[in-house]
Amino acid sequence: MLLIIIIILGVSFILYTLLGGADFGAGIVETVAGRKGERIVSRAIAPVWEANHVWLILAIVILFTGFPLVYATISVALHIPLMIVLLGIVMRGTSFTFRHYDVAPAKSHAYYSAFFRASSFITPVFLGITLGAMILGDINLEYTGSFYQQYVRPWFNVFCLVVGLFSASLFGYIAAVFLIGEATYPIEQKRYTRISKLFLLLTISMGVLVFITAEFYGHHLFSEFFQSGWSIAAFSAVALLTPVAFYLFNHPNTVYLRAAVSVQVTLIMLGWFAMQFPILLYEKNGNHLTFYNTQAPYATQFQLLIALLVGLLFVLPAFYFLFKVFKKDSGQNVNS
Amino acid sequence: MDDLLAARLQMAVSLGWHIVFACIGMTMPILMAYSEWKWLRTGRQVYIDLAKAWSKGVAIFFAVGAVSGTVLSFELGLLFPEFMKHAGPIFGMPFSWEGTAFFVEAIALGVFLYGWNRLNKWVHWLSGVVVGISGVLSGIFVVAANGWMNSPSGFTWKNGQAYDIDPVAAMFNDAWFTQALHMTLAAFVATAFAVAGVHAYLLLKDRKNEFHRTAVRIALAFGAVAAFLQPISGDISAKDIAQRQPAKLAALEALYHTSKPADLVIGGIPNDEEERVDYAIHVPGFLSFLAHGDFEAEVIGLDQFPKDERPPVLITHIAFQIMVGIGFLLAFAGLLYLVFSARWKHMLEKRWWLWFIASLTPLGFIAVEAGWTVTEVGRQPWIIHGIMKTKDAVSPMPGLQYSFYMITVVYLLLTIIIIGLMRRQIATIGTYYPSARTKPE
Ligand code: HDD
Ligand code: HEM
Ligand code: HEM
Repeated sequence: MLLIIIIILGVSFILYTLLGGADFGAGIVETVAGRKGERIVSRAIAPVWEANHVWLILAIVILFTGFPLVYATISVALHIPLMIVLLGIVMRGTSFTFRHYDVAPAKSHAYYSAFFRASSFITPVFLGITLGAMILGDINLEYTGSFYQQYVRPWFNVFCLVVGLFSASLFGYIAAVFLIGEATYPIEQKRYTRISKLFLLLTISMGVLVFITAEFYGHHLFSEFFQSGWSIAAFSAVALLTPVAFYLFNHPNTVYLRAAVSVQVTLIMLGWFAMQFPILLYEKNGNHLTFYNTQAPYATQFQLLIALLVGLLFVLPAFYFLFKVFKKDSGQNVNS
Repeated sequence: MDDLLAARLQMAVSLGWHIVFACIGMTMPILMAYSEWKWLRTGRQVYIDLAKAWSKGVAIFFAVGAVSGTVLSFELGLLFPEFMKHAGPIFGMPFSWEGTAFFVEAIALGVFLYGWNRLNKWVHWLSGVVVGISGVLSGIFVVAANGWMNSPSGFTWKNGQAYDIDPVAAMFNDAWFTQALHMTLAAFVATAFAVAGVHAYLLLKDRKNEFHRTAVRIALAFGAVAAFLQPISGDISAKDIAQRQPAKLAALEALYHTSKPADLVIGGIPNDEEERVDYAIHVPGFLSFLAHGDFEAEVIGLDQFPKDERPPVLITHIAFQIMVGIGFLLAFAGLLYLVFSARWKHMLEKRWWLWFIASLTPLGFIAVEAGWTVTEVGRQPWIIHGIMKTKDAVSPMPGLQYSFYMITVVYLLLTIIIIGLMRRQIATIGTYYPSARTKPE
């Protein structure tokens, strides 16, 4: 049972990365593509962003119901970056919606856009920083030390920053690929293809940098990596898919391209997951929090599982319907 | 500002802000679906125009509701980690069901807002109904979680740990039904009167306008029924807390001394030092009747509780008076509507009536805020009634006041932007919707 809950947690996290990531990334890509990109971004994400976003809420609910100690610990130790993530989520959602609906003069429009782009970048960076801090193991469960040692240093470091930048470029990559398929004119397609390649290269370099900086902080990702067969398999597959992606960029086929990239991203996450399983949060003195030592009692897990399964029964067909309705003719104006 | 106070204020600001959008999210889809249904049945342009015009507003409010709700799901832990560590596995279940409801709601809303021209009309309408139902369900689920904080059940508490957890019993705690009923009605009252008020105001400037007239009629019909039921449901709630949380009842009634029979105290300013209420009106025996259905019954006062287990009386009492006062005023307005509905056309030409409706615009939401203040402040000093104190649950991180300032500033700013945005939205209604144009006399 625990295993199924872990799988659902993992799946919602992966789906948030893919779907929510595409949303955040769209804001990042818009910054790179400039004003011309605004219309297509609005059109592509307006009907779906709220639904995509619920995957994060689901992951949080699973976390505090199923693994309460992990939720409580990150809430305390990573209060500051999480608060910034929240502000980012608020700013991003509201500025996007305001921009989409407000009939206001161009000037406020420009403000909305600026906020939207800035928060689309800041939020994934701080999400990544938070994850980085969970991996790095500078969080001290005994809460001794100065304010800086307890609440700042665990996330305020180069490693976490690199993980943050990695997340942002990954999201940008997902979005750029997604937007290739949304583009109506060949010139737009070309633009997004170029941006996709750029972000893919950026993501790979950041990924390598994550491993290198970890060494400086005494966290030996390389050796952990080589101990996990699953990780090696997953990351090798990612590497093998990269030329495939490049091939598909030059011979665009929306479905294959999106599928290839989704598989790539999923594998990156699975590979990572395999590497640190069952640890959720590395602790300074070795009291790591794992799925096992933080799990909620049996009765809770059982009810949680029922709620999740019944929920998925409703949600998956509904999602399918939503995407079918809007992707069928995505070239059209949905702004009715 | 000490950290505990900062955390409580931040929670209050975040929830008080979220609840506004939550109420709108629970009510507006139903009003829209109703209007669209009328259009499907009668084919009259004004109904479809209304449904479309409202849906633009809802899209904005929904987005704000979604992000402010996300803030809450993190804040519970950011501010009260000790609470969530223990409570998560017990009251997490309504939240996980709520997740499902959100999903369905968000998806159906996407279909509704962007599917006007792509779907079969009835499928489109159905998506609106689904938004409404799942909106109300999500409200009910969260309130069930809050009910558990007021009336904890489904576990045994030994040495600061929860054992024998039964999430089902926790979800169906003693408070869930009364609170969920009262909350759902409140959402309808607040939103419907606000919508009716805004359209009544616009109607004042342009009294022949069919669009605004229809809007007032639809909104008031929903608001009137809910407002009429609200005091009844409030009375059930009061009887309920007399059993479950006598300290809360004593605080909201400002009853310092256990009395038999007990007077109902209306208005006044509670004086904690002297343990009396200044400048109040007393109705003999009436509190005994309201709390226990018997004019002679004993009602427990604050003197039965040690000083450090009494809720703040001043805030709770005043908030309660505001809620009940507004409740009766709105119920009265609803009654007028129901009585006069036969002569309705005529009423909507009367300036005084339109002014009256317009002046009610913010009251429902004020009552909602006041009601939650009663519930939450009235539970103090407990975060889980009788089990865990708020001060033991708060985050150990120093400097919590900075996140409070930040959230407050951000929400204030957003409020200003949203008000401006709505005004611009309303100003353009005439250009988009034929039925909203002023007809030449
Ligand atoms: C439009 C809003 C509105 C109106 C007109 C009223 N209420 Fe209310 N009341 C609420 C909105 C509300 C609320 C915000 O929705 C609360 C907070 C928690 C809850 O479940 O509902 C609430 C709570 C609440 C509680 C506390 C319940 C608890 O802590 O469990 C009581 C005793 C009442 N109400 C009683 C009344 C009475 C006697 C009213 C008579 C007119 C009344 N309310 C009108
Ligand atoms: C949306 C309507 C709500 C409003 C307006 C509201 C308002 C408030 C207020 C005013 C406080 C501060 C009380 C004080 O410290 O004196 C508070 C505290 C709190 N509320 Fe609510 N509340 C709402 C619903 C909920 C719900 C649904 C939950 C949880 C499921 C919840 C959880 C809490 C918690 C954890 C605290 C902090 C601890 C405490 O002060 O007891 N609230 N809320
Ligand atoms: C009495 C209090 C509350 C009520 C009645 C309520 C109701 C609702 C409703 C109806 C929505 C749908 C969004 C909309 O239509 O705007 C919503 C959104 C949300 N609420 Fe609340 N809520 C309450 C308090 C809370 C609390 C305490 C939390 C978290 C702990 C929370 C978390 C959320 C989340 C995460 C969303 C966004 C879901 C989405 O993306 O659609 N809410 N709430």
